[in-house]
Amino acid sequence: MKLLPCGDRAVLIDCETLDEAQGWFAALHDDVDAVLGARTVLLRGEPSALRSLVDRSEPEDITAAEAGDAIEIAVTYDGPDLADVAEHTGMSEEEVVAAHTGKPWIVAFGGFAPGFAYLVGGDDRLVVPRRETPRTSVPAGAVGLAGEFSGVYPRSSPGGWQLIGHTDAVMFDVDRDPPALLTPGAPVRFVEA
Amino acid sequence: MSLLVVDPGHLTLVQDAGRPGLGAQGVGAAGAFDRGAMRQLHALLGDPPEAAVLEVLAGGLKLRADADHRLAVTGGIGPVHVDGQHVEHGRAFVARAGQEVVVGPIELGLRTYVGVAGGVEVDPVLGSRSADMMSGLGPPRLAAGDVVEVGQPAHPADVEDVPALLASGTTTVAAVPGPRDDWFTGDAVRTFFSAEWTVSGRSDRIGVRLEGPTLEREVKDELPSEPCVRGSVQVVSAGAPVVLGPDHPVTGGYPVIAVVLDDHVDRLAQVRPGEIVRFTRQTSP
Repeated sequence: MKLLPCGDRAVLIDCETLDEAQGWFAALHDDVDAVLGARTVLLRGEPSALRSLVDRSEPEDITAAEAGDAIEIAVTYDGPDLADVAEHTGMSEEEVVAAHTGKPWIVAFGGFAPGFAYLVGGDDRLVVPRRETPRTSVPAGAVGLAGEFSGVYPRSSPGGWQLIGHTDAVMFDVDRDPPALLTPGAPVRFVEA
Repeated sequence: MSLLVVDPGHLTLVQDAGRPGLGAQGVGAAGAFDRGAMRQLHALLGDPPEAAVLEVLAGGLKLRADADHRLAVTGGIGPVHVDGQHVEHGRAFVARAGQEVVVGPIELGLRTYVGVAGGVEVDPVLGSRSADMMSGLGPPRLAAGDVVEVGQPAHPADVEDVPALLASGTTTVAAVPGPRDDWFTGDAVRTFFSAEWTVSGRSDRIGVRLEGPTLEREVKDELPSEPCVRGSVQVVSAGAPVVLGPDHPVTGGYPVIAVVLDDHVDRLAQVRPGEIVRFTRQTSP
């Protein structure tokens, strides 16, 4: 673990693995404003105070969340990057869809936008880079891939993920409790609409 | 007690101190882009720090008072009139029932803040009245015919007038290298801190996009998505920096070469497309 500078009101804990980052997040998020990333934890506050807090803390042991019933998300696989993803992975478009629906995903962490969940644990062949230039507008419900992750855009926003389809599922609703459909640890299965 | 929106101008949003602390749920802080200008309004009108104000992009806002209201204008500078009568920037004024308040085109800076004693009343979402253009949380942008409800003025003003916070010319902000400066070549980091960056017209509350020399990466891997802050300078794949604004996503997948000092981010609320921004290097606090 390394502690990296992040301006004058935060520090960033940089970890080797998602598990390690989750351990630091679990250890610290009750005491300080903390946000989890894929390998990192952002802590907000006065940097020298945060450094001494981290110095006297240990990451918690994270045990895998119990796999309950998977949340099903129905997807129409008509995304503008489906052909590019097929080309990049050396699969046909049909095989990309089969890979995306074939194996359940797990919510790793939230972020990027309210209701946006980074899903991990899917088919290894679906690892693709982000787009060279992000789109200034991605429609709500767009289903994408980036790196090891899959995810669903909860509302229209800029975004750099490769879009393979779309869903009508409501990912975030402030009048729902909790507002986010997907919360960390939840299993998710994509099905063809 | 309310104000009628006769014309919202280019883009007028309700803003307050935002919704900090919800990043772990994927909810960004949002809030006024130029927080210093909002604090000035609170002081001029005797409103508490959580009172909501109007953030007017580029000008063009017209409001009609339904009763006597005390208002003030700070931030970006342009002509402001009440029924044709010029009023001063940075000083409270009264609009009588039926009078029209017109915020003309902003000539210096980009965002003008209009406050009304008692604060703008809209239903809070997750504890804030701020409009977040990224997440869509909070009230929508003002539209013609909207009625802006106004709260009860509670306190006497703290100050009679405030200075303009803007100067013309190049905007210089201090930034701390990292967290991912080591993902760039040494030349790229030096270039970042020495170049004159031109503000792109594609800038908004999510990020101020800059044009200039390409910043070459040393590490070409995909960055695992990581949390970022207001003021993080992300370098997108094409090598161009984007300084994240109040509506930035909670996490991002592009390496952050440096982070602008929190207080200095306010200055970037006021840079106009085509203007020049420079960064000075600040060591980690």
